[in-house]
Amino acid sequence: MSFLARERTIAKPGFNRWLVPPAALCIHLCIGQAYAFSVFNLPMTKLIGITKSAPDDWRLTELGWIFSIAIVFLGLSAAVFGRWVEEGGPRRAMFTAGLCWSIGFLLSAIGVYAHQLWLVYFGYGVLGGVGLGIGYISPVSTLIKWFPDRPGMATGMAIMGFGGGAFIASPLSVWLMQKFSTPTHVGVAETFISLGCIYLAFTMVGAAIVRVPPAGWLPAGYTPPKVAQKLITKNDVYVYDALKTPQFWLIWGVLCLNVTAGIGVLGQASAMSQEMFPGRVTPVAAAGFVGLISLFNMLGRFFWASTSDFIGRKNTYFCFFVIGTVLYILVPHTGAIGSVTLFVLCFVIIISMYGGGFSTVPAYLKDMFGTRYVGAIHGWLLTAWSAAGIFGPVLVNYIRQYQIDNNVPKAQAYNTTMYIMAGLLVIGFICNALVRAVHDRYHMKPEPEPAQASVAGARA
Amino acid sequence: MSNSNENGATTFYLVLAWGFVGIPLIWGVFKTLENAMKLFQ
Repeated sequence: MSFLARERTIAKPGFNRWLVPPAALCIHLCIGQAYAFSVFNLPMTKLIGITKSAPDDWRLTELGWIFSIAIVFLGLSAAVFGRWVEEGGPRRAMFTAGLCWSIGFLLSAIGVYAHQLWLVYFGYGVLGGVGLGIGYISPVSTLIKWFPDRPGMATGMAIMGFGGGAFIASPLSVWLMQKFSTPTHVGVAETFISLGCIYLAFTMVGAAIVRVPPAGWLPAGYTPPKVAQKLITKNDVYVYDALKTPQFWLIWGVLCLNVTAGIGVLGQASAMSQEMFPGRVTPVAAAGFVGLISLFNMLGRFFWASTSDFIGRKNTYFCFFVIGTVLYILVPHTGAIGSVTLFVLCFVIIISMYGGGFSTVPAYLKDMFGTRYVGAIHGWLLTAWSAAGIFGPVLVNYIRQYQIDNNVPKAQAYNTTMYIMAGLLVIGFICNALVRAVHDRYHMKPEPEPAQASVAGARA
Repeated sequence: MSNSNENGATTFYLVLAWGFVGIPLIWGVFKTLENAMKLFQ
């Protein structure tokens, strides 16, 4: 398997760096399917009953665990395998992630066929979750090394793919299920097999294309700034030393709070729009609203990460926290004045900043801790996502229920939640404000200068 | 001559690679927009 080795992926002279973002997208578009897993929930509750759930059919509450297990294993594997990904190179990581992800689908298909839920938990949840974690971080540091002049834009492109994966998976899965279903059979297992094969092909193409730049390579015409910038280090920090710095935990807090504020709303968008505007937003229109905010989630990943290359990472997060706070406070007023347009406008901007939080953070870490272990450090940081995945929905759901139990009209049941979200963003603002340059004692000792011969070659 | 061939091949690979990921993504975005339009109907 030497073709997977990092040394075999070093770009030859003439390689164009713009081939690397599609390689990264090959993996991120596939694993982004996770956001669309809910399209299988209802069909999987009718595997035996076909037209309606039979007593032996799986319940929705049992099926909800599949996605939760996958997200937990995403965070765990990104943290545990981060260093291996960094040292083994992107091709090995993408190959492994592709295998885990695809085999996860195939095992789940067997689980659906044999009606063994534990096999679906293991296939999609555990194995697929490991594929998610490794796949998510696999192209990050490679992109940063290829685009030292625009690291935000580069990682933004890949992480935008994660948001976009659901757009492809959702209609594709529905279409495949329609093709494979018969009056006596729901086509979930066959759809899983088809998706597993498609994703295997896609990820392998990505693994074949991806290259790392030769040591010391820089894009043509780019000269790194000679004067050191306060918040952009030229040094590297070892992954486990990064975890000892206050900067890591402050950025962890920044990401966690930004995601918490967005994720709860993302999950409740359909219900919230209908309850805040009863009779005016129908279930069909609410589905359209969910689609629209998903689109802004994806676009925000590219827009904000690219913007951060010009205004700086810290300032980008300041934008998220200031604009987000104002918009969350505005949302209850949009309900009070009955303006659906203003409501939609507030949420598409909020969700664009939620997506932007994910895509800007790798470049923020690179600025703080250098490029050497940025992928591994990013892996550890993703535990903030797992934590936010619990806090966000719990906050929104429980506060709404508490309000309704206390006779607050449904149209106003989200007001307190919005103010709490605004409060969380204020705490995020403070965490971001406290981020300073990493102390010299955490920096790795510089390695000898690379030979000039290896620098020549690959062009921008 | 070999340089122009090399440039042509690189452009071909770029179009191929971006098309490989771009076409499915554009299709997905189009489908999503189609659904999103129901919000304004």
